[in-house]
Amino acid sequence: MSDDTQDHDGSRRDFLYLSAGAFGAVGLGAALWPFISSMNPSADVLALSTTEVDISQIEVGQRVTVKWQGKPVFIDRRTPKAISEAESTDLVDLRDPQTDADRVAQPDWLVVVGVCTHLGCVPKGQKPSEKRGNWGGWFCPCHSSHYDTSGRIRQGPAPLNLPVPPYKFLNDTNIKIG
Amino acid sequence: MSAGTHQTGGTGSGLVKWIDSRLPVFSYMQKEYAEFEAPKNFNWFWNFGAILTFMLVLMIMTGVFLAMQYTPHTSLAFDSVERIMRDVNFGWLLRYLHANGATFFFIAIYIHMFRGMYYGSYKGPRELLWMLGVVIFLLMMATAFMGYVLPWGQMSFWGATVITNLFSAIPLVGDSIVTLLWGGFSVDNPTLNRFFALHYLFPFLIFGVVILHVIALHVTGSNNPLGVDPKGPQDTVPFHPYYTMKDSVGLAVFVTIMAAFVFFAPNFFGEPENYLEAAPLVTPAHIVPEWYFLPFFAILRSVDFNIWFIDAKLGGVLAMFGSIGVLFILPWLDKSPVRSANFRPIYKWFFWILLLDCIVLGYVGGKPTGDPVVAGVEWFKVIHLGYITTFWYFFHFLILLPLLGIFERPKPLPKSISEAVLGGRTPGATANAKQMEKA
Ligand code: HEM
Ligand code: FES
Repeated sequence: MSDDTQDHDGSRRDFLYLSAGAFGAVGLGAALWPFISSMNPSADVLALSTTEVDISQIEVGQRVTVKWQGKPVFIDRRTPKAISEAESTDLVDLRDPQTDADRVAQPDWLVVVGVCTHLGCVPKGQKPSEKRGNWGGWFCPCHSSHYDTSGRIRQGPAPLNLPVPPYKFLNDTNIKIG
Repeated sequence: MSAGTHQTGGTGSGLVKWIDSRLPVFSYMQKEYAEFEAPKNFNWFWNFGAILTFMLVLMIMTGVFLAMQYTPHTSLAFDSVERIMRDVNFGWLLRYLHANGATFFFIAIYIHMFRGMYYGSYKGPRELLWMLGVVIFLLMMATAFMGYVLPWGQMSFWGATVITNLFSAIPLVGDSIVTLLWGGFSVDNPTLNRFFALHYLFPFLIFGVVILHVIALHVTGSNNPLGVDPKGPQDTVPFHPYYTMKDSVGLAVFVTIMAAFVFFAPNFFGEPENYLEAAPLVTPAHIVPEWYFLPFFAILRSVDFNIWFIDAKLGGVLAMFGSIGVLFILPWLDKSPVRSANFRPIYKWFFWILLLDCIVLGYVGGKPTGDPVVAGVEWFKVIHLGYITTFWYFFHFLILLPLLGIFERPKPLPKSISEAVLGGRTPGATANAKQMEKA
């Protein structure tokens, strides 16, 4: 062996291997980034991400479904009974503890994303004829999750409450979701 | 070998020789698929490798021609499939071959895998061969799942929703992963588009892994029903013509059965709900995957309780992926040095119990969890059967197999294949007989 290959405790050659390897890894990562990123929601998909709803025609006790970001959003003009049940629930009974006040802008109106937090089915209960589960809110038929009148998970495999989308009242008759 | 057109450096035509000395494809084929020495005692279960190869080619053929007519857009996909069924010449045949082909592909791979488990084909030195097989199985599941989304029926849509949502169980990054998979905030046009691109790509990846699988096979050689290694030429026959012939017979029978479904009961394995176009706001009352996913779906649903800090949702997903994970490490779970279950009196029983367990899991996966198993017996629900069968599945692989390796006393193995097959006749006589057949 010649002198310049006898670098056994390695400093120079190892340094070259390591730094070349590190640069290679960073370069590969940088090259992959645009590919992965292209799979995320595109500008046009993001642009469609707000929805305006006229709520003046909805009566007390009525529930309607609107589409937001391709998903159903449940708008529920709650009855006084539903409101008092939601407000009087003890937080220790909840899997994902949240007060009703934290989930509504105005107690009369509950706005939640109608996608079961288990595996994404649309729970039943929007129509009066449908099963609403043991807590009078919604019932997911896929694997039997029960939600209460605040859209909170009470029984079944779903881990979380129905999410509240970002929304605001534009005036008394219109809300903007998103 | 009679028609020696592609013999190594042999009598091939000038053109064949010219090519072969520059690119040895002909001598490769000759060596790996004609002269390749295979144990002479294969039974019919050794047909399924050839059957699977045929099915992969059939799926790619029908798929490519379907893709010429299919439109991957949420507003057109469903109609384009209906158009294939009604207006495209032989479109119904292409589609029914492709849809039933997927079913029969899975029938074949399940038989192939259980064959491997019965005869211990995953044991050394075939561990990598087995693991490559599990990779093929995983890729096939991904391919079939994405293919099923393409016709954009109700089951397509809701199956895709439920399965992609599995990833949301991953702590912290789960939701971002799901958004990345969807390319939006729900299963929608970007999702359909990428599933089509990937559904087209994956079968070619499978093709690549199949090549590795066969290379690995040709290094170790095939296992056989006795599970003892061939000791010399008296224990083997050349692949061609012996097994090319036998495989052709088995393939003909298999294809005939498939054809019976394609022509006389093309929707037998299908779900009527999938002839309704996808409706993102209406979940069908009962979502079921295709039959070949049912056992895994059952395992997913059977974990409906929290385990320590793992919540039910993540637990179910881990159990489902774990059920395939145990197959990966199977060569190290089964410690018994004896391959074939024929010489393992206790394992043999547990093999059949496992097969039954998987069939019952399939039944569980297809039923609503709250239904009673036997009408009228209210205390025993489908979910309870799911607990038992899911438990047994893992118990078999993780506890029983390692213990059996220690405590089971195997039966004596035959000294060689030819001794067992020919019962005492001398190997010399056999070699002569083979010589005569070849002449
Ligand atoms: C491993 C091989 C493959 C498997 C297991 C597979 C599986 C499937 C399945 C289960 C479906 C749904 C059938 C239905 O219910 O209508 C499907 C549809 C489809 N596949 Fe494949 N496929 C494979 C290969 C391919 C290839 C290579 C292509 C294209 C080059 C392809 C193109 C299509 C198209 C266009 C559809 C939609 C039309 C239809 O639904 O019939 N497939 N595939
Ligand atoms: S998706 Fe709702 S309970 Fe599983």
